[in-house]
Amino acid sequence: MSDETGTATEAGAAGTERRVRVVLVDDHRMFRTGVQAEIGRTEVTGVEVVGEAADVDQAVTVITATRPEVVLLDVHLPGGGGVEVLRRCASLMSATEDPVRFLALSVSDAAEDVIGVIRGGARGYVTKTITGTDLVDSIFRVQEGDAVFSPRLAGFVLDAFASTDAPPVDEDMDRLTQREREVLRLIARGYAYKEIAKQLYISVKTVESHVSAVLRKLQLSNRHELTRWATARRLV
Amino acid sequence: MSAAARVTETDEPPVRKLYRSADGRWLGGVAIGLAGHLGLPVVWVRMAFVVMFFLDGLGLLVYAAFWIVVPLGVGGRATPRPVFETTPDGRRRLRKPDRGQLFALIVLAVGAAALVGKIAADNQSGRYVWPLLLVSGGLALVWRQADNARRASWTDPGRQTRAFRLARGLVGVALVGTGLAVFVVVRGSVAQLGTALTAAVAVLTGIALLAGPWLVRMSQDLTAERTMRIRAQERAEVAAHVHDSVLHTLTLIQRNAEDAGEVRRLARAQERELRNWLYKPEGTGKDKDEEPDTLAEAVKRAAAEVEDKHGVPLEVVVVGDCPLDEGLVAQMQAAREAMVNAAKYGGEGGAVQVYAEVEGRTVFVSVRDRGPGFDLDAVPEDRMGVRESIIGRMQRNGGTARLRSVPGGGTEVELEMERADG
Repeated sequence: MSDETGTATEAGAAGTERRVRVVLVDDHRMFRTGVQAEIGRTEVTGVEVVGEAADVDQAVTVITATRPEVVLLDVHLPGGGGVEVLRRCASLMSATEDPVRFLALSVSDAAEDVIGVIRGGARGYVTKTITGTDLVDSIFRVQEGDAVFSPRLAGFVLDAFASTDAPPVDEDMDRLTQREREVLRLIARGYAYKEIAKQLYISVKTVESHVSAVLRKLQLSNRHELTRWATARRLV
Repeated sequence: MSAAARVTETDEPPVRKLYRSADGRWLGGVAIGLAGHLGLPVVWVRMAFVVMFFLDGLGLLVYAAFWIVVPLGVGGRATPRPVFETTPDGRRRLRKPDRGQLFALIVLAVGAAALVGKIAADNQSGRYVWPLLLVSGGLALVWRQADNARRASWTDPGRQTRAFRLARGLVGVALVGTGLAVFVVVRGSVAQLGTALTAAVAVLTGIALLAGPWLVRMSQDLTAERTMRIRAQERAEVAAHVHDSVLHTLTLIQRNAEDAGEVRRLARAQERELRNWLYKPEGTGKDKDEEPDTLAEAVKRAAAEVEDKHGVPLEVVVVGDCPLDEGLVAQMQAAREAMVNAAKYGGEGGAVQVYAEVEGRTVFVSVRDRGPGFDLDAVPEDRMGVRESIIGRMQRNGGTARLRSVPGGGTEVELEMERADG
C-alpha cells in the first residue's frame, strides 16, 4: 500500500503533464459526490471530472458530448445497466483516435454482472471499497490502455474459466495459460502489479500484457462459451 | 478445477450404513439392524434367518458373520417393543403379542420340535449337534457381553454390576468349554472326559503363567502411551483455542481500557464463548445448524466476524467451493487466526486480502496484510499465536503453513490442506 501512495503523489507532483478527463456514471448522487471529492482535485491528482450521469440515456449523451478518455461506470444503472451503456458506446470504444475507455466500478458481488461488463468492453473492474489513490492509479492505467483487475475480479475470472475447463474446443483461445492463471491468482491475493512482477521475475509490462490477454480471452471466447453465456441469460 | 471435481461438490445424501441395533434385540441385533436398513418388518428378516437355518445351518453362519462384521449402532428400529408392559397399577404383565410375532413364534416352535425330533431319531448326528449347540450358546453369551461393554462405553456411564458381568462371562466360557469337551469325548468314551478336561485346564494354566505377565505389561505400556499422546494433543488444542479467543480479547480490553462499556461487553462475550467451548460437547458453543458447512461460507463468515470485531475491512475472494471436513475446519481456524493477526497488526495498511481456492483436492488459503510486517525468528518463544495456532495447528492436521513477512512490506500467511474426499 505504501508503494501505491508513492506513485499517487508522484503522479500529483508531475500532474502538469499527466492529465485525464473522466466521466462519472452512477445512479447514486452521494457516491458521485464522494468520488468527486476523492479524485476531483485536478491539480493534485491530475484527474478532471468533465461530466456526470445517473442513467443509461444520460450517460450516452454525456459521453458522446464530452468524449472523455475514461468513463467510471457503475454496473447497475436504471435503463439497462452498465452493459447497455457499453453496447451503445461501442463505436466510441473502438475509435482509432482518442478511444473512450471504460472502468467498471461496482459493489456487486455477482460474478455475471462483472464478467458481463468486461465482455461488453470495459477495460477493468474495481470495487467501491477502493481507496482514492488506488482509483486514480487505476484511471491512469486504463487511460494508457492497460487492464485493471481488482482481486475480486481476478477471483471471478479464475472461477469462470475453471468451470469451463471441461470441453476444450479451442485451447489457445479459451483457456488461460499457466502464467496467466498465476498472475490472476496473485492479483486475487491482493498483490499490486509491481509486486507480481518481482515475485515472478518478469517485468511490469509483461504482467500487464498477461492481464490484457486475459481480458481479450474474456471478450472473445469461443462459440461454446458464448452459447453458455447467452443461454444463462435467456437470450436464445 | 475440472468439471468432474465440480460434480462431486454437490452435497450427496450421506450413505446409509448398516448397524446392528442394540434396542429391542433378541440376540445380536442383526435382524433389527437389517430390517431398519432395508425398510422391512423385523419379523420377515427373523423368519428369513430361521428358514435359512434349515438349509444346512446357513442362517446361523450368515447371522454369525453379520454379528462379527457389522458394528453395533443406534440404527434400525427407533422404538423397541418390550415383552412386558406395565399396567396402570404398576404390575408388569406379558404384552399382548401381535399377529406377526405370534406367527413367528409358532414357526420357531415347530422348527425346534422338528430339529429335536430329527436329533432324537438319528443318534449319530445327535452326538455332534448337542455339543455344537452348547458351544454356540456360550459364544453368543460372551459376544453379547462384549457388545454390551462396548455400548456402555458410549451410552450411559451407569455401569452394570461387575459381578453380574463376570458371572455371565464365566458361564459363557463354561458352556463353550463343556461343549468342546463333550465334542471330543463323544468320539471316544465318557471315561475320558475327566482326563480331557484336566489336560485342557493344565495347558491353559501353563500358557497363562508363561505369557500372562508379559501380556499385562504390554497392555499397560500401550495404555500409558496412548494416554500420553491424547493428553499432549488435547493440551495443544486447548492452548491454541485459549490463545485464539481469550488472549485476543484481553488485548482488546487493554486497548479499550478507558471505555468501561466496551470492556464489559468484550469480557461478557468472551466468558460466554469460553463457557460454551468448555462445556458443550462440540466445543463450538453454537447450534449445529448455524455452523457453515461449505468452505466458501466458512471463509466469508470468519472474515465477517473478524471485520466486526476489529473494525478492519477484509476483502474476501473465494474461487471454487467444497464441503468442509475435519482438516478443513482446522484450516479455517488457522485462517481465522491469521485474519485476526492481520487485522490487529497490519490493519493500518488498508484492507486485508483473504483468498481461498479449491483446486482439485487441494484447498489453498492466503491471508495478506499491508502492515509493517515482522520477523518470525525474532518473536519470543512464549508467543504462541503464529507458532501454535497457525503453523502447529496445520501440521497437526496434515497441512502446511507458510509465512512470508518483509519488514515494511506486509505479511502473508499461506495455508494448504488436502481434502479428505477428493
